[in-house]
Amino acid sequence: MASPLEQFEIHTLAPIDVGGINASFTNSSLFMAVAVVAVTAFLVLGMRKAALVPGRWQSMAEILYDFVTGMIRDNAGHDAKRFFPFVFTLFMFILFANLIGLIPGAFAVTSHIIVTFALAAVVFLGVTLVALFKHGFKFFTYFLPPDTPLYMAPLLVPIEIISYLARPVTLSLRLFANMMAGHTMLHVFAGFVILLGLFGVAPLAVIVALYVLELLVALLQAYVFAILTCLYLHDALHLH
Amino acid sequence: MDERKPPSLEDLDARLRAARDRVDPRAAGRKAGDGEPMSGFGFAFRVGIELVAALAVGVGIGWLLDIWLGTKPWFLVVFFFLGAAAGILNVWRAVSGIGLGPGYRPVAEKDDDEMSGGR
Repeated sequence: MASPLEQFEIHTLAPIDVGGINASFTNSSLFMAVAVVAVTAFLVLGMRKAALVPGRWQSMAEILYDFVTGMIRDNAGHDAKRFFPFVFTLFMFILFANLIGLIPGAFAVTSHIIVTFALAAVVFLGVTLVALFKHGFKFFTYFLPPDTPLYMAPLLVPIEIISYLARPVTLSLRLFANMMAGHTMLHVFAGFVILLGLFGVAPLAVIVALYVLELLVALLQAYVFAILTCLYLHDALHLH
Repeated sequence: MDERKPPSLEDLDARLRAARDRVDPRAAGRKAGDGEPMSGFGFAFRVGIELVAALAVGVGIGWLLDIWLGTKPWFLVVFFFLGAAAGILNVWRAVSGIGLGPGYRPVAEKDDDEMSGGR
């Protein structure tokens, strides 16, 4: 029986070599491209008519837009509005990558930590730069809580810095672990179906339930990623 | 759907505004918090990741400093404990709802500059 981890293997589809760096087009790249195309098609075609009274499709596009706007307003504050394009892109990409990954036979891009870490690193660097530009040197007071006795600084500052640097790690790890665990679990139960023959109906029922759960996880993790980005933006814009 | 007469713009506008007003106060009452609708398992998962990630970052920093400065185990040992402390700090922040990131946030007087409140 195929290993449950086989689904995460990367296959090269079109070998590309840029100055000794392996930049091949893989199945992972393919599904990232599929996600981008799907998001673009979903939004552009949905808003094609841009009717005043939206139809079903347009409603979906508008609800997602409204949802992200509300999320930014509630969690990052009004002055974070200009980061809307970034957060919206991030949210839609992760959402579609998660959902497309759930189609049987598709490749779940977000079940690779390098992908989620790249996303989280962009968020982390972006947020840090925003804070640096906005607050300049004052940003570094972030690492020393107010009213701390100075003799505690050598201990607290490294702890705060580690705590800050752990952000991209937790952000990427959460998305990656959820997706990978879910897909592995689905595969393991799928293996049981074949092993048990006629009694495979029982694990099959479990798969159906698990699949619904995975749909929820796919939505929830995209939401969590976006909302954490908002909270980090809030921290960057309003230092304490 | 199509046979219905399209409502007038003013009517539509008024209804939209009413709907928005109904939705907006939510910003005040809602516990904006960490935003994750938490199940027990989800929360445990998050706390675990929080703990491990900070520890991993601490150990990573210590290890790199050791390679750089050639002081084999010492920085690793020191930063192991600092990382563990940072992990526990992060968990404490997560469970006490102060927020997710570093930096101390005086719970009461903070957040007067925007409406979300209670974070």
